[in-house]
Amino acid sequence: MTYIRPNFRHPELPVNELGYTRKNYEGALSTLCAGCGHDSISAAIVQACFEMSIEPHNVAKLSGIGCSSKTPTYFLGNSHGFNSVHGRMPSVATGANLANRDMIYVGVSGDGDTASIGMGQFTHAVRRNLNMMYVVENNGCYGLTKGQDSATADVGSISKKGEPNPFEPIDLVSVALQLGATFVARSFSGDREQLVPLIKAAISHRGFAFIDVISPCVTFNNNPGSTKGYSHVREHLAATGTVDYVPFKNEITTSYRDGESKEVTLHDGSVVHLHKADPELNISSRRSALRLIKDYKAKDQILTGLLFMDENSQDLHEVVGTSKTPLRSLGESELCPGQKVLDKLNESLR
Amino acid sequence: MKQITAVNDFVIKFANVNGTGSASANNMFAKSLFRMGLPVSPKNIFPSNIQGLPTWYEVRVSDKGYLGRRGGVDMMVCVNPQSMAKDVKEVEPGGYFLYDSSKPLDLRLVRNDINYIGIPLKDICQREYKDPRQQQLFRNVIYVGALSALLDIEFEVLTNLVADLFRGKEKLITPNVHALELGYHYAKEHFQCPLGIRVERRDAVGDQILIDGNTAASLGAIYGGATVAAWYPITPSTSVVDGFEKYCKRLRIDPGSGHKNYAIVQAEDELAAIGMVIGASWNGARAFTATSGPGISLMSEFLGLAYFAEIPTVLIDVQRAGPSTGMPTRTQQSDILACAYASHGDTKHVLLFPATPKECFDMTAEAFDLAETLQTPVIMLTDLDLGMNDNMSEPLRWDDKRHYRRGKVLNEEQLENMNERFGRYLDVDGDGIPYRTYPGTHPTKGSFFTRGTSRDEYAVYTEDSEAYEQNMQRLLLKWETAKIEVPAPELIQAGKDGSAVGVIHFGTSRDSTLEAIDMLAAEGVAVDSLRIRAFPFCKDVDDFIDSHDTVFVIEQNRDGQLRTLLVNECEVSPKQLLPILNYGGMPITARFIRDKIAAVAKGDNVTPMRKKSAGKEK
Ligand SMILES: Cc1ncc(C[n+]2csc(CCOP(=O)(O)OP(=O)(O)O)c2C)c(N)n1
Ligand code: SF4
Repeated sequence: MTYIRPNFRHPELPVNELGYTRKNYEGALSTLCAGCGHDSISAAIVQACFEMSIEPHNVAKLSGIGCSSKTPTYFLGNSHGFNSVHGRMPSVATGANLANRDMIYVGVSGDGDTASIGMGQFTHAVRRNLNMMYVVENNGCYGLTKGQDSATADVGSISKKGEPNPFEPIDLVSVALQLGATFVARSFSGDREQLVPLIKAAISHRGFAFIDVISPCVTFNNNPGSTKGYSHVREHLAATGTVDYVPFKNEITTSYRDGESKEVTLHDGSVVHLHKADPELNISSRRSALRLIKDYKAKDQILTGLLFMDENSQDLHEVVGTSKTPLRSLGESELCPGQKVLDKLNESLR
Repeated sequence: MKQITAVNDFVIKFANVNGTGSASANNMFAKSLFRMGLPVSPKNIFPSNIQGLPTWYEVRVSDKGYLGRRGGVDMMVCVNPQSMAKDVKEVEPGGYFLYDSSKPLDLRLVRNDINYIGIPLKDICQREYKDPRQQQLFRNVIYVGALSALLDIEFEVLTNLVADLFRGKEKLITPNVHALELGYHYAKEHFQCPLGIRVERRDAVGDQILIDGNTAASLGAIYGGATVAAWYPITPSTSVVDGFEKYCKRLRIDPGSGHKNYAIVQAEDELAAIGMVIGASWNGARAFTATSGPGISLMSEFLGLAYFAEIPTVLIDVQRAGPSTGMPTRTQQSDILACAYASHGDTKHVLLFPATPKECFDMTAEAFDLAETLQTPVIMLTDLDLGMNDNMSEPLRWDDKRHYRRGKVLNEEQLENMNERFGRYLDVDGDGIPYRTYPGTHPTKGSFFTRGTSRDEYAVYTEDSEAYEQNMQRLLLKWETAKIEVPAPELIQAGKDGSAVGVIHFGTSRDSTLEAIDMLAAEGVAVDSLRIRAFPFCKDVDDFIDSHDTVFVIEQNRDGQLRTLLVNECEVSPKQLLPILNYGGMPITARFIRDKIAAVAKGDNVTPMRKKSAGKEK
């Protein structure tokens, strides 16, 4: 079964710098449960890419398996997508990125996909500082296989089955920070105002940009007692502050007084304005981020927003010194040394 | 006492201790014979251990050009007391046993049907060298020097080799030559030189080279245009990527910028390694991985994805003895079925079976063309014997006029000029192979969604039975196309009319099989030979089986995996195919094959039919 969006659009819809309407950034109609947090995240990605005037075909969207991993079908219909195997999207993204460093890589994963079967690949993508945006749509459960607890489910959290989860959760944001991720944020699918600028900044960041988005599963994990349900998350949210993303081409103006905001410049010249709510947060200190996450958790609050960023991040290609020309674009003349070299080699083997 | 006598036709085996530097001395020995124009085939027999355990190096010399293992040992050079009792037993009657006589020989090791050559290697070293490491290292060089006198190896060939070996480290030349001389003179003074077995200069190697299969494969990846390699270390495949890196550093660094025209990732495991290859290939680069049995197991899920989503994927499997960790440093051909049908569901993968380093080179380069032409995984199956041992080989050649076959890829212009809708899985040409586009090719016309789930011809998700079946049928049609694309088998007929008895073999069993066929011919038994070089099997394979009453299938595994594949895919009677199976981890020998075939062909009351005892095949 396929769902196709009606083609009709009002002729006066807003267009971006490329002359594209938002429609150019949409995908097929979602088949997820109505109200699933994942759909809001897709919408945020659409909005961010539209507003950033990204060429949709210049984006590669990759995922693993799960409800969350299905979502790349539902945004950026003119981009190549790759729905790979459960938990192994990071390796596919690594290969794709190595082949062509000039594209934008958007990875979407679930908490089961990332924190269980794919934990190994996730950690190594972080470690290699792969240039990509990696979004975990975190619902604390396995949606696609009908509601089992995932490794990010909070201890004591109660899913639809009614039994409290006995195990400590893996906090992916803390893991990413500890492993050296160069951009780390947390958000909530229901908070588009915070999420969109975070996505924009993540896409502009050179290196591994991780966003853990709490994204309630309305069908299996949205009941009273669940700590990843809408009401619980809304009640326990605490933002580091608001985040503004100012793209590179525009004139950068600040309307905030010193001491109230922090500006972080991304490699392409765009700027992230961070309006701090918690003066304790030092955006360029992992320790500060880790400590605050713990402090808020102790207060039964979930800290969201941009938590850490390394402005001097060097991505995998820069670290290993790969050619500026994408590897996939190199021609035979650059790759094949020819018979002459073989003649010499043969000679040395006699 | 009887003494084996032979010129340029014997087997010599060195028994050493792993980690004592014997490898380079033994290599020097083999290469010196090679430089005297003699065909040699050296084989390392080493433990799965870094230091301290017994290790052997067996060299076959044959100016008739037989390169497989013959079986039997004519001369044992025993430098390891630990394995002496076993080693002495292996020597053929009339053969020679060279040992370190610094300590008197244990009387229990004395056989009266072999010849003993005692050289006080340790004593000589202690007298000549102060440094303990030197005492150990030069012991090996000294026995090579002694062999030069005992076997009549031209001394100048050895000294030239030393000079080549230590080019750039000239300080090492004189002491090494001195050690050679010490051994040479001791042998000359104490024994009648040469022995019954000896060498004579010949011109029997032509322009051939001595190279291991893994190095040749790594060069094949360079020439084939691979830019991405992702792997996880595993014996015996590690040197494939090591070689690739070495030659990339030499040949693939942009002289202007110093940037690398390649990327090599040591992945976190095999799951990731193959995932990276698939991601890179999907995005238009030529990418490969190398692994061995346990890695194949881990890569299977991804191989199924690559098959179903139709993504070119190149994999080099250097086989070792399984199952599980098996014998990691011993050879086998036992990943055939695991590779042919890797992953769940109905999958089939293209396999290539090289038999020489030249074929490792050619087939690796070819694998990229095949994978991209067919848009499917291509697995080259070599083994430890071919991969890690120096093998004599035709020189490596590349046709400078050759161009990569990148398969059916639509570029921006082609997409722009298309009026119809691009269908990623549409069979436009009727050969089962659809068109693909690289990500990012066209703003609106080229994108598609790659997935391991069922989809229609336009890459749109569907669970419709008909669409699914149609897709699976198209994949079978592609499989038929593959039969034309893959390397054809190599047929050698016994005479003009051929024989009613045939053998099918593949990969490293080639040399021993061809030698066994010669032995049988001398005894009046004619045998035709078909060497399979790829899966899927083309029509020639069916024809060969059909036209022979009996076909022996020679394999280095317990269960006759190629035979299973033949029965499965060729619609032949299993009774027609008699397995000859060697699976102890050592390369198959000519004598073994000869004995098995002779027993049946000459009507002896012995049968290698494996299920007979179970009473199933009646
Ligand atoms: C190797 C493998 N094992 C198990 C599965 C079954 N499976 C599919 S999705 C899934 C979990 C999905 O959970 P999550 O990643 O959290 O995504 P969500 O559906 O909650 O968005 C599992 C276990 C699979 N597809 N592959
Ligand atoms: S099962 Fe849960 S995660 Fe899956 S689509 Fe429905 S609400 Fe979303």
